[in-house]
Amino acid sequence: MRFSIYRYDPDQDARPRMQDYELNLEPTDRMLLDALIRLKAQDDSLSFRRSCREGVCGSDAMNINGKNGLACITKIADLPDKVTLRPLPGLPVVRDLIVDMTQFFNQYHSVKPYLITHDAPPERERLQSPAEREELNGLYECILCACCSTACPSFWWNPDKYVGPAGLLQAYRFIADTRDQATAERLDNLDDPYRLFRCHTIMNCTDACPKNLNPALAIGKIKEMLVRRAV
Amino acid sequence: MNVGLQARKFDAIVVGAGGSGLRAALELARAGLRVAVLSKVFPTRSHTVAAQGGIAAPLGNSSEDHWHWHMYDTVKGSDYLGDQDAIEYMCRRATEVVIELEHMGMPFDRLDNGRIYQRPFGGHTQDYGSAKMAMRACAAADRTGHAMLHTLYQQNVKARTQFFVEWMALDLIRDAEGAVLGVVALEMETGEAMILQAKATILATGGAGRIFAASTNAFINTGDGLGMVARAGLPLEDMEFWQFHPTGVAGAGVLITEGVRGEGGYLLNKDGERFMERYAPNAKDLASRDVVSRAMATEIKEGRGCGPEGDHVLLKLDHLGPEVINLRLPGIREIAIKFANADPIKDPIPVVPTAHYQMGGIPANHLGQVVAPRGGDPEVPVPGLYAVGECSCVSVHGANRLGTNSLLDLLVFGKAGGEQAVADIRAMPAAHKDLPEDAAARPLARLARLDSASGGERVAEVGAELRKTMQAHCSVFRFPDMLIEGVSKVKQIAARAERMSIQDKSKVFNTARIEALELDNLVETALATIVSAEARQESRGAQARADFPERDDKNWIKHTLWYKEGNRLEYKPVHLKPMSVETFEPKVRTY
Repeated sequence: MRFSIYRYDPDQDARPRMQDYELNLEPTDRMLLDALIRLKAQDDSLSFRRSCREGVCGSDAMNINGKNGLACITKIADLPDKVTLRPLPGLPVVRDLIVDMTQFFNQYHSVKPYLITHDAPPERERLQSPAEREELNGLYECILCACCSTACPSFWWNPDKYVGPAGLLQAYRFIADTRDQATAERLDNLDDPYRLFRCHTIMNCTDACPKNLNPALAIGKIKEMLVRRAV
Repeated sequence: MNVGLQARKFDAIVVGAGGSGLRAALELARAGLRVAVLSKVFPTRSHTVAAQGGIAAPLGNSSEDHWHWHMYDTVKGSDYLGDQDAIEYMCRRATEVVIELEHMGMPFDRLDNGRIYQRPFGGHTQDYGSAKMAMRACAAADRTGHAMLHTLYQQNVKARTQFFVEWMALDLIRDAEGAVLGVVALEMETGEAMILQAKATILATGGAGRIFAASTNAFINTGDGLGMVARAGLPLEDMEFWQFHPTGVAGAGVLITEGVRGEGGYLLNKDGERFMERYAPNAKDLASRDVVSRAMATEIKEGRGCGPEGDHVLLKLDHLGPEVINLRLPGIREIAIKFANADPIKDPIPVVPTAHYQMGGIPANHLGQVVAPRGGDPEVPVPGLYAVGECSCVSVHGANRLGTNSLLDLLVFGKAGGEQAVADIRAMPAAHKDLPEDAAARPLARLARLDSASGGERVAEVGAELRKTMQAHCSVFRFPDMLIEGVSKVKQIAARAERMSIQDKSKVFNTARIEALELDNLVETALATIVSAEARQESRGAQARADFPERDDKNWIKHTLWYKEGNRLEYKPVHLKPMSVETFEPKVRTY
């Protein structure tokens, strides 16, 4: 299997370069991450993040042959013989495939991603019907890997002003939660030409999500709520 | 003070941002203290994220339940090695911490009456071990850990906890009296080391499941807190007890929750036989994990394994129907399709016992304080040092942990450790203690050696050798000759690890350096494990010895303490006396 991998170490390199690798796969190598780990055993300077290796921690997001995805759940069998790996687009590169995610997390934090309630909690659990709970499906599963936001041209242009699909998906996760009592404040927080309305329904987010979530749908629902509120 | 490094001062440092670290941090931040949380990874990437099936609490939402039944199950599950006072404490606080988690926004699944959904889990029974299973596992589909970790992180965002993301703690700082004054840590992005000084240092670094070749654990689970404690001259407790989860995906190691069996799935051998009926006539597939893993290993060993190599068994769940699978086990379906090429709606999943959880760890009491023998007292708190979560040994899990008790452990002892640290910090003088001259000597020497070493063995090679050796010599079944040979092999690997070198000398995000530093911690953990296992001449919980197949209550109801220096072992008594109720006396353990 052949690889072309983006390399950049600000400590040594004047500018980034693409480096070619060849790898003989073992029968046990199933996922792209298995191959990367084998490459790292040959060249320990090759740098990337990884942890759970099962698609739940969100560490190993990268651009794989032009499309964002998680290396640990990208099957080698589904890849062509030549694989080009680059860091997630639109974020500053720290080194090789490792990007600086500060702006991504700042936007996530900006939506107040936590339950807000004004009433004192009851002695036992707050009640929620199974149907109400089901509203959170497709929202709470986000792993903050940034595949969606870094596939979004609006986020590339305005990462400081546009919340981006991941942050907006989480904003809607709390709006949709029947226990949350801050819907109005949450909508106020997004009622802005940039924060929400830079979404032009390009749909790259939904296409990129390795967990098959649909940020575009959630964004559409927030827009709809704002429109309904305005009339 | 000339210690050669920049120092920053905090009231408290939490090392690790998984479930227990975040729960402890929340307590400290809410108390208005200055707390720094260090993590090798962004908090939501911690391994708590991979927990699936549920968190135990006797809410009684779906079946009658009582904390005392839960306590009985946990004591029995521990094979009577758990400390019964700590177990009582955990079970009594379970409802409180789970309800709190719901109030924080945890998206638990719900029953029709709006209450938290609970499912059965292995070893959790009604009425002190009756044949009726308790519905005690509070679940968010099969993503309970993910939902819990994100909820706890979100609450810390709200509480404005200060995070040091992608920082690795290297070593503890102790003064001449043995008090812990903080840590030396490495910022991964810049490669700079720094002293983080604190009145309370809380270790929440998780387990070290990566000492085994076949493991459900994330790459980051390298026992960093254990290594730091061992190098600081403190003991590690009960390290021989490692849980092998019955259902890791064969070949891949990825976890398939016990919740699959909780929902009604079961195991089959190559003859299509539901073999657990023979090993555990009452609980069957929901017997506790050590029992199920041994049964599976026995089936495979005796030629009744499945597949061309006969090296796994099958987990069948298609009879649950697509509705239950998609609603309650969607993550499992995703994993099985990706990692086993099997859609569980139609096909069984090939599974094999896989290293999963470290019952032993840093000796701690139920208040999260790290304890060590001193002056004849086996459990004297080490001033300034706390340990919570999987890295600690409280010991509530004893020789075998029950499923769903780990997430509970994280919340109860994360909270308790945080509360205790708050109280201790408030009782201390305003000024921090002076750092010793050599505060950073050990970690700086470790870094300098890696910077200068060349021509040594590669980290990846030494690490692979360690994992292979532990897998072959110290797994589900343990044999005396293999253990003795294993001890000497791991000692040789430890010596090789001291000579390894890295090619990458960059300062910036040097993951080769991080992996080398992690391997130091894996080596300490592996040595503690195999030396302790070789010395314990009985079978109890997860330790199954071919030469001592029986539990020996006369000689071995005691905790192992391993010290790095000379691989020395000591023992200390198990707390058989609970806080307020009667002791559960050891009896024959059947399911």
